[in-house]
Amino acid sequence: MPSRTFNQRSLAPWLFLAPGLLMFIVYVIWPIGESLMLSLYDWDGLYNREGEFTGRFIGLDNFRELATDQAFLVSLYNNVIWLGMYMLAVPAGLLVAIFLNQNVRGIRLYKSLFFFPFVISQVVVGLIFSWFYAPNFGLLYLILEWFTGSGVAILAEERYVTYGIIVAGLWPQIAYVMILYLTGLNNVAPDQVEAARLDGAKGWRMLWYVILPQLRPATFIAVVVTVIGALRSFDLVSIMTAGGPFGSSRVLSYYMYEQALSEYGYRMGYGAAIAVVLFAIMMIFISGFIWKMWRDETER
Amino acid sequence: MVRYAKGAAALMAALLLSTAAVAQEKRILTFITDNNDPAPKAAWEQLVADFEAENADIDVEMNIMDREAYKTAIRNFLTADPPDVANWYPGNRMKPFVDAGLFLDISDVYASNNLTTELASTLPVVTQDGKQWMVPYTYYQWGIYFNRTVYEQVGATVPTTWEEFIANCEKFKAANIDCLTTGTSQLWPAAGIFDYLNLRTNGYEFHRQLTNGEVAWTDDRVRATFAEWAKVVPYTTANHAAIDWQDAVPLVVQGKAANYVMGNFAVAALKEGGMTDETLGFMPFPTINPDVPRAEEAPTDAVFIPAGAENVEDAKKFMAFVARADVQTKLNQNLGQLPVNAGATVGEDPFLQAGFELLSTTPGGIAQFFDRDAPAEMAKVGMEGFQEFMVKPENLDAILERLEAARQRIYQ
Repeated sequence: MPSRTFNQRSLAPWLFLAPGLLMFIVYVIWPIGESLMLSLYDWDGLYNREGEFTGRFIGLDNFRELATDQAFLVSLYNNVIWLGMYMLAVPAGLLVAIFLNQNVRGIRLYKSLFFFPFVISQVVVGLIFSWFYAPNFGLLYLILEWFTGSGVAILAEERYVTYGIIVAGLWPQIAYVMILYLTGLNNVAPDQVEAARLDGAKGWRMLWYVILPQLRPATFIAVVVTVIGALRSFDLVSIMTAGGPFGSSRVLSYYMYEQALSEYGYRMGYGAAIAVVLFAIMMIFISGFIWKMWRDETER
Repeated sequence: MVRYAKGAAALMAALLLSTAAVAQEKRILTFITDNNDPAPKAAWEQLVADFEAENADIDVEMNIMDREAYKTAIRNFLTADPPDVANWYPGNRMKPFVDAGLFLDISDVYASNNLTTELASTLPVVTQDGKQWMVPYTYYQWGIYFNRTVYEQVGATVPTTWEEFIANCEKFKAANIDCLTTGTSQLWPAAGIFDYLNLRTNGYEFHRQLTNGEVAWTDDRVRATFAEWAKVVPYTTANHAAIDWQDAVPLVVQGKAANYVMGNFAVAALKEGGMTDETLGFMPFPTINPDVPRAEEAPTDAVFIPAGAENVEDAKKFMAFVARADVQTKLNQNLGQLPVNAGATVGEDPFLQAGFELLSTTPGGIAQFFDRDAPAEMAKVGMEGFQEFMVKPENLDAILERLEAARQRIYQ
């Protein structure tokens, strides 16, 4: 019966999609809508005894306040620094991957050692680097003191603190990118390398014209995870400085948490407004990535 | 996960107890608390046992939560599933809940138990809209804890005025010792210093107005406080912004720093580090302006009845019980802190004795602490400003203008 097959054909995909779609709507679409709505309210997160919402509609006031809020501007600026510096993970990861892509005894061990920072939790990374930077007993502090006569407490110095945290973040991120490139290097066609070698290519030219084009998928993924990693940086800031000293290492995600959920916060509406801004920034990149993937797939 | 496991265990225990209670037809009083450290936990278990012994027909179910989780949880359980009794902090910390109608008015408990006199020292902070909302059971003094050994080493005498204190700093500096230490990475220790400087420079009434948002941060009197602060900034531990308050403790213990503006809870940490009643000293914060009456800082903990409590009658009995002098004496002996009830007595500990003496004779008034006196948002902005000032005193104008802008927005 043709009509039955038609029904099956059109229904089946939706049935298979249903669980995923349901999850997506409940855990992604719905919260986005809720945040957008909350960002228009002034609300301290409390319901009254009857369980009624106690927020007050204030239109775009939260966003107007953001525009003049120094702490927000500092967070935004820091996020830009994060984005820029975090990108170093891509070339650095490539470098390490190429360095490790050789056949020597025990290379597997070296590879896993290089990969190690990505395996340990961000919290642990944060703690290790906090001690590394710590005044009086931290290794870096002592080294600086030995060379220059006076140590620098990186995490208490507003000029260096964000960079200090980013370096801590780069450590596992480079390892991550390295793994992406190592798998990519496995798939580099040996015949093309051979052919290029016969044509006299070596060194930089080999890397640039033969290897890198073949690594494009890996580069794409590496850039995506690095951009997203930079924008959602939160754990390290929270562990290492809690946004300090005097708020100079805050990033948007941390400021959002502080305003909405921390001990001194509970400005749900304002926190939601920050989340909306962060979401908008992320959307620029995410749409770019999706557009690229779409183009690649339709071209094929 | 541990706390859930603990919660589950407590729930199981509560269920078992409650079935037993039904058999004996006891009335149940539910009590949620965040006193989960060993000593406070034991102290409260003792108090509950004493209460049950006196009221054989009441069965108290105490559910102990993790301290940090509690700060979030209280916002949910007060609406979703309110217990009969819980604990929280008075002052501006209780204000949002009272405003939302989540606390029960217990003025009648105060009236019928003469608590307005017995708990007079903290009455202002538990009162809002002319009614009482909480029963305070403990507080502790702040002040300066110092290393007697280094005082002897540089030949300094224990100061009573701010000039003497600063003069001592010169001596400590010559000996390469930090005159004042603190760790401000968590921000609040800086607020303790500000509170005392402001209380000593401008007095309690001004401090109250400032934290209530009635005075501009750009006011000359605020600048006067910061001018006093600027005198001690050069003698303060250089990397305070990178370290936590616990990290400053060893500096005092090892004699690398002389003075530490802290709450009495630091005594335990200092003694663990090896200090004794002989080497560790306590002094009230020195006088700056002799014309203002001495005021002190003493953060208070209190219990309350949620508006949605089911067993209000027994909860009020519990309130009256916690307020009683003999109960507070015993509770605070176990807590190692100070009872609020004026009729209560303190233990042998010299630091507690000193604190009780200090607080019960305070003519000026008792401040809670900057982050409890000021609304949470102002507290955060303020404490960041204090930390910045301690690192970069030259930014003072920008800091005060920022605080003033925050004040105008927050208190509108």
